[in-house]
Order: sequence, then C-alpha cells, then structure tokens
Amino acid sequence: MGKVKSLKKAAAYIVLTLLSFLCLFFFYCLIINATRSHPEIAKGFSFLPGKSFGPNLYNVLHNKNLPVVSGIINSLFIASASAALSVYVSALTAYAIHAYEFKFRNAVYLFIILIMMIPTQVTTLGFLSLIGKMGLMDSFVPLILPSMAAPVVFYFMVSYFQSNLPLEIVESARIDGSNEFFTFNYIVIPIVKPALAVQGIFAFVASWNNYFVPSLVLKSNTKKTLPILIAQLRSADFLKFDMGQVYMLITIAIVPVAIIYLCLSKFIIGGVTAGSVKG
Amino acid sequence: MVREKKAKARKKVSYSKWGYIFLIPFFATYLVFSFIPLVTTFYNSMFENYRSGLTQIGPNFVGFENYISIFQSDLLKYLGNTVILWIIGFIPQIFFSLILAVWFADFRMKLRGSTFFKTIIYLPNVIMAASFAMLFFALFSDDGPMNNLLIRMGLIDSPIRYLTTVWGTRGLVGFMNFMMWFGNTTILLMAAILGVDSALFEAAAIDGAKSLQIFTKITMPTIKPIFIYVLITSLIGGLQMFDVPQVLTNGKGTPDRTSMTLIMFLNNHLYSKNYGMAGALSVILFIMTAALSLVVFFILTGSGKEKGGSR
Repeated sequence: MGKVKSLKKAAAYIVLTLLSFLCLFFFYCLIINATRSHPEIAKGFSFLPGKSFGPNLYNVLHNKNLPVVSGIINSLFIASASAALSVYVSALTAYAIHAYEFKFRNAVYLFIILIMMIPTQVTTLGFLSLIGKMGLMDSFVPLILPSMAAPVVFYFMVSYFQSNLPLEIVESARIDGSNEFFTFNYIVIPIVKPALAVQGIFAFVASWNNYFVPSLVLKSNTKKTLPILIAQLRSADFLKFDMGQVYMLITIAIVPVAIIYLCLSKFIIGGVTAGSVKG
Repeated sequence: MVREKKAKARKKVSYSKWGYIFLIPFFATYLVFSFIPLVTTFYNSMFENYRSGLTQIGPNFVGFENYISIFQSDLLKYLGNTVILWIIGFIPQIFFSLILAVWFADFRMKLRGSTFFKTIIYLPNVIMAASFAMLFFALFSDDGPMNNLLIRMGLIDSPIRYLTTVWGTRGLVGFMNFMMWFGNTTILLMAAILGVDSALFEAAAIDGAKSLQIFTKITMPTIKPIFIYVLITSLIGGLQMFDVPQVLTNGKGTPDRTSMTLIMFLNNHLYSKNYGMAGALSVILFIMTAALSLVVFFILTGSGKEKGGSR
C-alpha cells in the first residue's frame, strides 16, 4: 500500500514538473529574446540573456508606427473597469436569485442560463450598428458597460452561493436591522470574496485578451488596445521588423497581467474554499 | 394562524421587491447591449446589404437568400476546421485537468509545492491569446528559435516549416489552446472537489475505498455542476475560436484556409461590411451554439430537474 502511494506521488511530481517546464519554457525563450538585439536573434537561439533589454524597450516605446504606451494604458483601463463591473453586478444578480423568493425567480434563472450559451460574436453585427447609431464607435464605453451582464459569472456565483451562503446569515442581518443593499455589500460580499476574486481574474483576463470586438470598435491609433497592436505587428512585413522589438512588445503585453496575477494568485489559490461558514 | 400567514405573506412581498431591484442592472445592460443587437442581427440576415467597390448595394429584403448563398460558400469546411482545432486542444486539456485537480485536492497525497505548481500551470491563461500566437509565430518560424534548437541538437537536418503544413498549423493552434486552458480548468475543478465535505473522503478512505472508486463514486458526482460548466464554456469557447488562428495565420487561415475558423469567416464579412452574409452566418452560429449547448446541458444533468428546470 505504501509503495503504491509513493509511486503515485512520484508520477504526480514527474507530470507536474513536465507540465510546468512546458509552461515556462516558451516564456523563458520570450524573455531571453527580448533582451537580445536583432542581429543576435538572427544568429541563432541562446539560453543566456543578452544586453539589449534597455534599447529594445526604448525602441518599442518610441516606435512611430505603434502607439505602445497608450495601448498599455487603454488595455489596463478597459480590463479593470469591466472586471470590477462584471463581478459586482453579476454577483448582485446571483444574490437576487439565491436570497429572494419572487414570482419569476425560476424563469429568470433559466433565462440567464440560456443566454449564457449565446456568444458575443453572434450579436456583434447588431452591436456594431447599434453603437454606431448611439455615436459610441471608437469609444471605450461599448467595451466596458456590456460586461455588467456576465451570465457565466452569474452561473458560477449562484452555485457558489448555494453551497457557501446559508440564508440564516441574511436572516440574522435582517433581524439586526441591516437593509438589503447593506447586507449584500458588507455581509455577503466578504463571505464570497474568494469566489469573486477568481471570477474577477477571469473577467480581467477575458477583457485584456479580447481582440475580436475591440478591433472592430476602436479605429483611431491612440485608442487601440494591445491585442490590436500585436495583430498589426503580425500583418506588417514581419521579416523587415526588428525582432528585438517584436519580442519586447509581446513581453509588454504579458508582464503587467502576469504581475497582477502573481500578486493575487496566493489569495485566489489559497482562498478558493475559504468561505466563512462551513460545516 | 391566519394572522401569521398574512404576516408571512406580507414579509415575502416586501423582500421580493429587492429581488427585482437587484436584477435591474443586469437586465438593463443585457437588453441594450445583447438583446437588441441579437434582434437586429436576425433582421439584417434577411437583407441584401454589401459594398461593391464604392457603390452600396441594398439594403433590399431578400428573405432567406443569404442563408442559401452562405451554405454554398465554404461554411461547412470552416465548421470542420473549427471543430478539429477545438478537439486537438480539448482532449489533453480535460485529461490533465481532471488528474491534476484530483491530485491537488487529495488530502492523503500531501503534495509539496502544490501552490507553486498551481501558480505556474495557470500562468499561460493570463497571457493574451493574440500575443501568445505572435510568440509562437516567431518561435516556430522557419529560421526561428525552435528550428534552431532542434538542428543544433541534431534531431533534424533542415528547418521544419510548421506553418506551411496543415497539421503543423492545426497542431500549433490546438497546442496553444491546451496550454492556455488546462490550468484554468484544473483550478475550477479543484475548487469544486475541495468544496466537497472532506468527511466524505475520510469516511471512504477508512472504509478502504481505492482512489479510482473515490473518484467515480464521490468526486465525479459531487463536482458534476462545475464539470458541466467547464464542458459548456469550453465548447462555446471552441466555436468562438478566433484570436490564435487569426494572428498565427495573419487572418488567412493558411495553408489553403484549412485553419480558417467560423469566427474568422464572420470577421471577414464584418470587416468588408457585407452585413447580409455576416447576419446569416451569425444566426447559423447562434443556432448551432444554442443547440449543442442544450444537448450537453441536458445529457449531463440527466433531466435538468435538480435546479428546478421543470418549467
């Protein structure tokens, strides 16, 4: 029995190490190449970093054809705003379904589950013509506000409430004279914080990664987000481009998110199950 | 008794008001930014509406003609491409995610450094898909680092031209999707397993249950809701696949449009302002996603009774 267990453990470590190596290897190549100059990269791959990190960074930030600095700011702003709105409003909606008895509760729940199946892409045509009529083309508003209705976050939060939020807590808050909105903000939210953090990361990443809709909405150069700039780089004549700058731009697209993720990952991975009421 | 009932009823009414109030932001947003666009998309699919050079043709009502012409174009080929690309990524993804989730959640294994491993395997998910594809394009280009390494290790003589072969391109897309999503799936499934009352696992272990028995008899049934969630979202995500093949192949779906996905096709129509065809394609995509997701939803929930789906 003990032997089987330790064999299983060894297998687990081998699989985990291989998968981790796979995840890190490509990023290692990326970082290494971001520190090397174009001629060095052209000569062949090296496992040791070069000395051109500074020049590459300077060149890509001052590139006349790619507004990289505004791209970073735009991406950060849109992703943070939509993550915050999406998590808060969708949790509020899930709470409405979980904590209140009302006539259309079941219908509303099923309706949201049904619309969860509808990808944003299939409504993009109508979406574009609508925001065109509203005068919101080439603006951040149509990239932020729609995230308030996030059926996927709602679905996750309803299941989470069902297993982690006993209604007795809500009842006792009522007895203590807390109004419903206060109860949600100061009692319910802290209890479900771990789930909100997980969903917040997912929402942030989804918005940060989002390329399809922004590329059709944002037209002017200074409003473009990072994915649009990266795609623009791909469609430019690739071989004529300074490869040091290419790798540096990819690094810039990755690093801010990686840092935010690493700061929050402890909280998320450690706190996923840390609901305040258990057993 | 009667008075009590009345009091209760009044109480319910006063609180149910809050239920409706809390639903307002979500539904107002949904109405404006999703429902109205969905309706106008359906409406647009019935009209001939495109640009030919500098002249605007339509909009003229043409009924279902757009649907006929889109089926006569390469729709089915692109549908096939999309499904193939999704499957290549999803099979390893769900396989490794389930194994890792069980290992991480297993209180008897006491894996060391599991926080470290979890942090690493989730990392690719925070990477922007477009930049990840650009990275792979650079790394796997003809004289890029991957070919360079393989030649120096003596494994190959001449560079492999991954992006000129059908399965090279598809393999790279599937591989990227796998890497980006298996950590995410692992953490979702693990959270679900950890949410199970650990007394259940302890009792099973004391009764001498084997790992596989615990997995099939306790873990799987209890994490079913989250498992459904993972499957549905991956399926929907697969049909929406766009960023990775778009950037990797520069929107062309090379070689010979064998990695052109449905959304890349839609993007081409939207970009060239062919709204009639884009509308028809959107409606077809809508019907497909809805139908597939409903099938998965009902198969996996049995009958859908658990969450009051009888209505």
